[in-house]
Amino acid sequence: MRRAVITASATAAGVVLLLSLKPHDAATTAAISSVSGTGSGSAGQPQDASHTSAAPSTTPSTTGSSRTVTGTAINTRYGPVQVKLTLSGSTISKIDVIQYPTRDRRDQEINSYAIPVLNQEAIAAQNASIDVVSGATYTSEGYTRSLQSALDQAAK
Amino acid sequence: MTAAPLGHVEHVMGTVFSFTVRDPGPATADALRRIVARLHHIDEVFSPYRPDSAISRLGRGELSLTECDPEVAEVLAQCDALAAETDGYFTAHPGGRLDPSGWVKGWAIEEASRALRAAGSTHHCVSGGGDVQTAGGPWRIGIADPHRPGTVLCVLTGHDLAVATSGTAERGAHIHDPHTGRPTTGYASLTLVGRHLARTDAHTTAAFAMGSPAGLTWAHHHALAALAVHPDGTREQTPGLAHFREGVNPQGPG
Repeated sequence: MRRAVITASATAAGVVLLLSLKPHDAATTAAISSVSGTGSGSAGQPQDASHTSAAPSTTPSTTGSSRTVTGTAINTRYGPVQVKLTLSGSTISKIDVIQYPTRDRRDQEINSYAIPVLNQEAIAAQNASIDVVSGATYTSEGYTRSLQSALDQAAK
Repeated sequence: MTAAPLGHVEHVMGTVFSFTVRDPGPATADALRRIVARLHHIDEVFSPYRPDSAISRLGRGELSLTECDPEVAEVLAQCDALAAETDGYFTAHPGGRLDPSGWVKGWAIEEASRALRAAGSTHHCVSGGGDVQTAGGPWRIGIADPHRPGTVLCVLTGHDLAVATSGTAERGAHIHDPHTGRPTTGYASLTLVGRHLARTDAHTTAAFAMGSPAGLTWAHHHALAALAVHPDGTREQTPGLAHFREGVNPQGPG
């Protein structure tokens, strides 16, 4: 069954907007977590959360007012991708990519660049100053699906 | 306080499509479901990566054009028109193989926007793989900086805009000069702004393939608003772009 989660919030629309360009300077950061700056708003509230094919592999855990949710590990043709969200209330404050493919140099090159951007896009989307970004085509299906599964879990 | 926008994200056609509807009504959710189903159908018919798609079978000579979905002939006719308009720099036969993807993605995004309009929405934004069609506005569209991960070069704003960007992005240089067969690396990225994404996207692909400075010159001669980023980070734009520029070097997202 196709995943088709309709979200309704001022900010969730862009949460999994995934765009990046490969840098000419390949020596970019390999950091794979991003921390929210001035993000505000709320995470997605799926109206259709009936899909069970991608149940998160771990259950939410709570620490004070923030909690973490781990998305399902998604197998892509390059290898598994899995994200972990940290939420303060319903705002995403951090996204960690806890698994991503590094099979060859090319994958590493893509991932070391793309994943920080994907994280920044996802978090920046909450800040609402930019509606959408034009500029790139590398998108990670695994990242999207793992993030969506984590968002679904967070909304429960 | 207006109703919250309705958003949706869908992985289809090898990339991510996102929808934001600022004026959702009772018909919007159903319209989005139909649109998503149609996008998957378009992918099934037109994907050159699916061996069983009509395009793949047509390319291998297993189907005739009249045996294909009627939209195939329409799309290929549009591709031919674009090829003629761009001196062959836009082509549905990159590398000699039938592949109308350069038209199909922008067209599919435009179709999605049209379907939202038909469902009563006059204020929405549809993006797919970094190309954007908006209705109503103003919408704020960040242009990714090809040299600074996670940041945007500038913000373009306006009503009823189509914005497409080509770059040496994913998988290295992925646009080839159809006349030499070699990858084009003249621009780090090239963004065009128009009204209708299918044409804007195809024009961007063509101008990018022309390389520097021919691409920007071509865009200018055709009164297209364009922003080019060169490999050394310098930027150039056609006069038409100023109309959409909101600011230079704003703080990047995040």
